[in-house]
Amino acid sequence: MKTFKKKQLTIICELPLASRVVKTLTEAGVTGYTQFDAASGRGSEGEWNRDGLVGTSGRMVMIVTILSLDEADGILAQIYELIEPQMAIATIANVEVLRDDIF
Amino acid sequence: MDAIFQLATANLVSPPVLFFILGFGGALVGSQLTLPEAMAKTLSIYLMLAIGFKGGVALAAEGVTLALILALLAGTVLSSLIPVVAFIILKLFSNLPRVDAAAVAAHYGSISIVTFVAATQALEGIGLKPEGYMVAVAAIMETPAIIVALLLARGVRADVKRKSGDAQEGLLKEVLLNSSIVVLMGAFVIGAISGQPGMDAVSGFIVVPFTGILCLFLLDMGAVAGRGMTQGASVLNLRLIVFALIMPFIGACMATPLAWLAGLDAGSAALLLTLAASASYIAVPAALRIALPEARPSVYLTLSLGVTFPMNLTLGIPTYAAMATWAVGG
Repeated sequence: MKTFKKKQLTIICELPLASRVVKTLTEAGVTGYTQFDAASGRGSEGEWNRDGLVGTSGRMVMIVTILSLDEADGILAQIYELIEPQMAIATIANVEVLRDDIF
Repeated sequence: MDAIFQLATANLVSPPVLFFILGFGGALVGSQLTLPEAMAKTLSIYLMLAIGFKGGVALAAEGVTLALILALLAGTVLSSLIPVVAFIILKLFSNLPRVDAAAVAAHYGSISIVTFVAATQALEGIGLKPEGYMVAVAAIMETPAIIVALLLARGVRADVKRKSGDAQEGLLKEVLLNSSIVVLMGAFVIGAISGQPGMDAVSGFIVVPFTGILCLFLLDMGAVAGRGMTQGASVLNLRLIVFALIMPFIGACMATPLAWLAGLDAGSAALLLTLAASASYIAVPAALRIALPEARPSVYLTLSLGVTFPMNLTLGIPTYAAMATWAVGG
């Protein structure tokens, strides 16, 4: 089956930052994304668990989006500028998709 | 002194505080007790709705008074000044970096809405019923401290604004519109519109189960605070712990003359002192993660949630009640 090369951008960040990440993606022309709630984890500030948190601070979410090869670099630069001072990580991976026209 | 002791004893043996102590103690000895996040959020929205509605109904009976305007003014002044005092104390007596000191100052200038709810209940229990409009005072005290603390943090860090300028866009709007404040103030307005007939219609939901639900919520909050204390203990030192225990009383002392000047009754004055003494751990941390990402949550959350909140809930509230009674008369 024919597949098409794309870039998958994954951002794990604190919930208060998530709306800003999505806004940056939207303004950069990204048409779709999916946000996942994380259940627990450990980072530089120690362990956390969603059931043990009050408020949104410290609660991590994962935002996944698929980008075309030519737009990936520019969007990654904008995302980096946003999350650089924040508690967040971004990874980019090579993926293949079945439908070329929707990304 | 006797009065403080009696109030403290009555407060300490009240079911909400005992459940809080159970949760806190359980977490300290390693219990994994916790409510699911969705449940805790629902309980907190219920408490905001109930306390806001009751305040609104009381306002409908009392009407808008000069004391209401003066109390709002006093709240704004306190929320703006307390961070400055907290910041100066931290800079003089702790070794916290400027950005951490400013972040901690924001928490102590802002308010803990859970402490407000617990204090309202506790004060009613000892016959010091606060005026309904104190709900609006609580809401107005949440934001000024954040603005002042950001100015304090930027003193030597002009680049903080540049670096996080985009992220800060819309931040204050988010703080003003956080779910606690929207439900609290929304229910306050609904209570004021519907008045006593409205209260008669919903009292079975809003008044009767209130204390029981507060117990359940504080059991969970105790566990969260206890775990926060355990996990964050490594970043604290004796000076910071002393700060977290003393700063609430400094805030309450700052509020005392304002409560007197505003002509508040003893219950409302006690609530103003409690608000001035309380430290945020929900709205402010979320805002500061965006505005001051360099500040360490383990420091400001452990101090406000792990040290100050339990102290206020157990010993603070009765002391503020006694201070307010002394200052404005019972």
